Amino acid sequence: MNTRVEVRGGIYRDSVTLLRVSRALAQRPGVTAATVAMATGLNLDLLVQQGFTVPAGAGPNDLVVAIRGEDEAAVRAAWEALDGLLAEAPAPAAAGGAPEAVPARTTGAAARRLADPGGGLALVSVPGRYAFAEAMDALAAGLNVMVFSDNVPLHQEIALKEAAGRRGLIVMGPDCGTAMIGGVGLGFANAVRPGPVGIVAASGTGAQQMMCLLDAAGVGVRHVLGVGGRDLSAEVSGRSTLAALAALDADPATEMIAVVTKPPASRVADLVHSAARRLDTPVTFAMLGEDAADLTDATAKVLRALGRDVPRWPSWPAPPPPGPPSPGALRGLFAGGTLCAEAALVARRELGPDPVSGHAFTDFGDDEYTRGRAHPMIDPTLRLERLAAEAADPACAVVLMDVVLGYGADPDPAALLAPAIEDALARRPDLRVVVSLCGTPADPQDRDRQAAALQAAGADVFASNAEAARHAAGLARGRAAAAAHGRHLEGA
Amino acid sequence: MDGARLGGLLGGEPKVVAAGAPILAEALQQQAVRVERVDWRPPPDWAVDALNAVLGDPRHAAANATAVERMLAARPRLVDVRPASEVLGLEKGTFLHAGPPLEWDRASGPMRGALVGAMLLEGLASSPEEAERALEAGAATLDSCHHHGAVGPMAGVVSPSMQMFVVEDDQNGRVRRSYCSLNEGLGKVLRYGAYGPEVIERLRWMGAVLGPVLRDAVRRHGPVDLTAITAQALQMGDELHNRNRAATSLLVRELAADIITAGAPASDVAEVLRFVNGNDHFYLNLAMAAAKVGADAARGVPGSSMVVAMARNGTDFGIQVSGTGDRWFTGPAGVPDGLFLGSYGPQDANPDIGDSTIMETTGLGGFAMAAAPAIVRFVGGQVPDALAATHRMYEITLAEHPVFQVPILSFRGTPAGIDVTRVVRTGILPVINTGMAGRVAGTGQVGAGLVDPPAEAFSEALRALARLAG
Repeated sequence: MNTRVEVRGGIYRDSVTLLRVSRALAQRPGVTAATVAMATGLNLDLLVQQGFTVPAGAGPNDLVVAIRGEDEAAVRAAWEALDGLLAEAPAPAAAGGAPEAVPARTTGAAARRLADPGGGLALVSVPGRYAFAEAMDALAAGLNVMVFSDNVPLHQEIALKEAAGRRGLIVMGPDCGTAMIGGVGLGFANAVRPGPVGIVAASGTGAQQMMCLLDAAGVGVRHVLGVGGRDLSAEVSGRSTLAALAALDADPATEMIAVVTKPPASRVADLVHSAARRLDTPVTFAMLGEDAADLTDATAKVLRALGRDVPRWPSWPAPPPPGPPSPGALRGLFAGGTLCAEAALVARRELGPDPVSGHAFTDFGDDEYTRGRAHPMIDPTLRLERLAAEAADPACAVVLMDVVLGYGADPDPAALLAPAIEDALARRPDLRVVVSLCGTPADPQDRDRQAAALQAAGADVFASNAEAARHAAGLARGRAAAAAHGRHLEGA
Repeated sequence: MDGARLGGLLGGEPKVVAAGAPILAEALQQQAVRVERVDWRPPPDWAVDALNAVLGDPRHAAANATAVERMLAARPRLVDVRPASEVLGLEKGTFLHAGPPLEWDRASGPMRGALVGAMLLEGLASSPEEAERALEAGAATLDSCHHHGAVGPMAGVVSPSMQMFVVEDDQNGRVRRSYCSLNEGLGKVLRYGAYGPEVIERLRWMGAVLGPVLRDAVRRHGPVDLTAITAQALQMGDELHNRNRAATSLLVRELAADIITAGAPASDVAEVLRFVNGNDHFYLNLAMAAAKVGADAARGVPGSSMVVAMARNGTDFGIQVSGTGDRWFTGPAGVPDGLFLGSYGPQDANPDIGDSTIMETTGLGGFAMAAAPAIVRFVGGQVPDALAATHRMYEITLAEHPVFQVPILSFRGTPAGIDVTRVVRTGILPVINTGMAGRVAGTGQVGAGLVDPPAEAFSEALRALARLAG
């Protein structure tokens, strides 16, 4: 075995680009492991886990390259390919318009290249500690802002939203993963049919779940305005939620507004509810919480408010294994924060508060897993590692995972996930894997193709996250027909 | 009304600027949405908190808009030509100089040479040696031109008897004035630190003949619209710092009749016209005064991070910023890179010197390089380099000049109003065209080229702005 590790100062590439470079290197003949990443604490830990020795003094602004190969030649060849791959990393060309000699270097400068920035939007996804400057710059240039970045301090969020308020603009986020404007998806968003519903979402995957279920029910969505998970906190006080409600109310094509949030601070809830009552457009609230409806129920509420039938939600059960499931721990490995919270809630209702059994839910989209790394919807590395670890843990009986499709997400998540599931089930025939699949047939990844691949790998697949969680909890209690309840069906 | 909420965001297909992960911009392009992508790179680590403080200052955006608007609204006119003693109240023994404040001890060769020349011109010494001894002993009072509404090219030394252009900007009755000396021509000249007898001789002639003839002509003519001349010159291939050939020609054309009819002896008139015509940089000093009056209008806006002066004294390069009052932020002046006259080489060049960077401060000179293909080789490059230089400056400026346009850029306005926060965020430094003075006092000009300002001047200004942020 040959390994080589090097730290390069003063080079910055975004995490997705580095992921692509890492994958390209790892796929080279003779290379057994390759990681090219910014030297954040998390990434350094991962390198140590991979068995690399990390040079001292590397910091988050340095690039760390670690390559292991079967022989020295393989490592050397990979090393030589590295610069080429890094150089291929896109230096964005200006799109359309007169050719520019240099690409814009700041959001403000790029905004000035729009013929008319009015009604425009800046999509800011730089690392969190730099997001404030770009977002403020965008607001000063008259743009609305979607801050995709996470790890943005609360006081900066408030300052941004105050500045937006002064200008009659909106800041979506920070940590706003999903938005849709006039049918165009921003960030992680699904390809849904056009229609009369406008969604205000303090939760990205919550909004995606609702969009996809509405689409499955034949109802289209026009706009999704994300507000960020902290918008309804006492500190931020619903600034963006209120702006979003007013904007959707003023949009003549929006006939129904749905608000999807985690439990808000009570004073803020009052504020938002009374604002909603003053609108001309009817508003349905889907507030997720201990006693509240789940997203699937909330979607049903929206459908009923529109006078539509609630369909049976699509599911793709794997062929049932010969024996009944053995009871044991349920482990949820999620990419979507809200989907994770919802599944945990459903499971707790089904399984009761039972610390002994070792049920556990992990949100891999949480800040602690994404600092200096791509979101798990793009980079499955951490989740796949954990899947293997759970399969190796005899206490674990059921693994519940979400797969979120749409623009911005992994172009083919089943390509890596299905073999990993198959592998886990081959080693643990008593293990059960349940997948909550959030997507639509029109998504670039094609929901039905993904479902078929995951089903064929041995997973029970559900379009409704709540149903997936109920099914998984049933399996964890040793109930073979948990999915039954007469609710499961084939693809819609 | 309501439909236009969020600037009309929900009305149509979104127009998107994307900074950060390319995958998100690609997803939009997949959906056939036009995306302006930002070639974003992280700012230096130390600057993150300071940038957040300044950009987060609720006054910041409006303050910058105000500052740049004031600068661009200036419509400077040449109204008079008078001695410095009269217009600046300059007394015998006091000299102004280019750049941030400076003492004799730290003065460079050309600055010392120019001061020696000024001592001789004013009759305060009878030989260069005597002048130097007197200056060393503190016989003269020195102050920065910028502190008096004035600008001086290269050493920028102004002494009481020197003739000054008086430029005026009248903004709805609020009159602002600025001043600059008359251009001496090229070669062995005081501003490049030469002080030989022919230098003093020429300055005497400028005081006795050139100044009064121009004064009478301007007074006969009435105020000369400098904005109009500058705008036309840009379209004729000048960038108004290292090339002023078109502007000088336009000025001569404008004033010719009044110079002739001002009543001076025909021989003086002929000499004046020959002198001005023989000096392609004659208009530069007027352009500098015009720029100064606009830049000064932008001073003192709390919260603004716009640069209102860049100037060098041959030792330090300094900037002043609208939101930080009259404070100078300095770093060591760099040695320019470019072409040399005759047998001179880099070893002969003095570090950067002069107030002529007021041209770049207001969006001309290096910033308008794309307008001046004739001199791109002179400043060490090809035509595409000139276009790239101007394009790059749009990244660090707040506005485009409404009147000063660049034909080859489809008549886009020149990039104007340098923003300290953008300089630090992008690491892009202002492009500065400049002349080069000989390192040794008395040498004169040795070349011309480009120079980088020291990044620390901008860093220090950002830190100061952060401390003042509300």
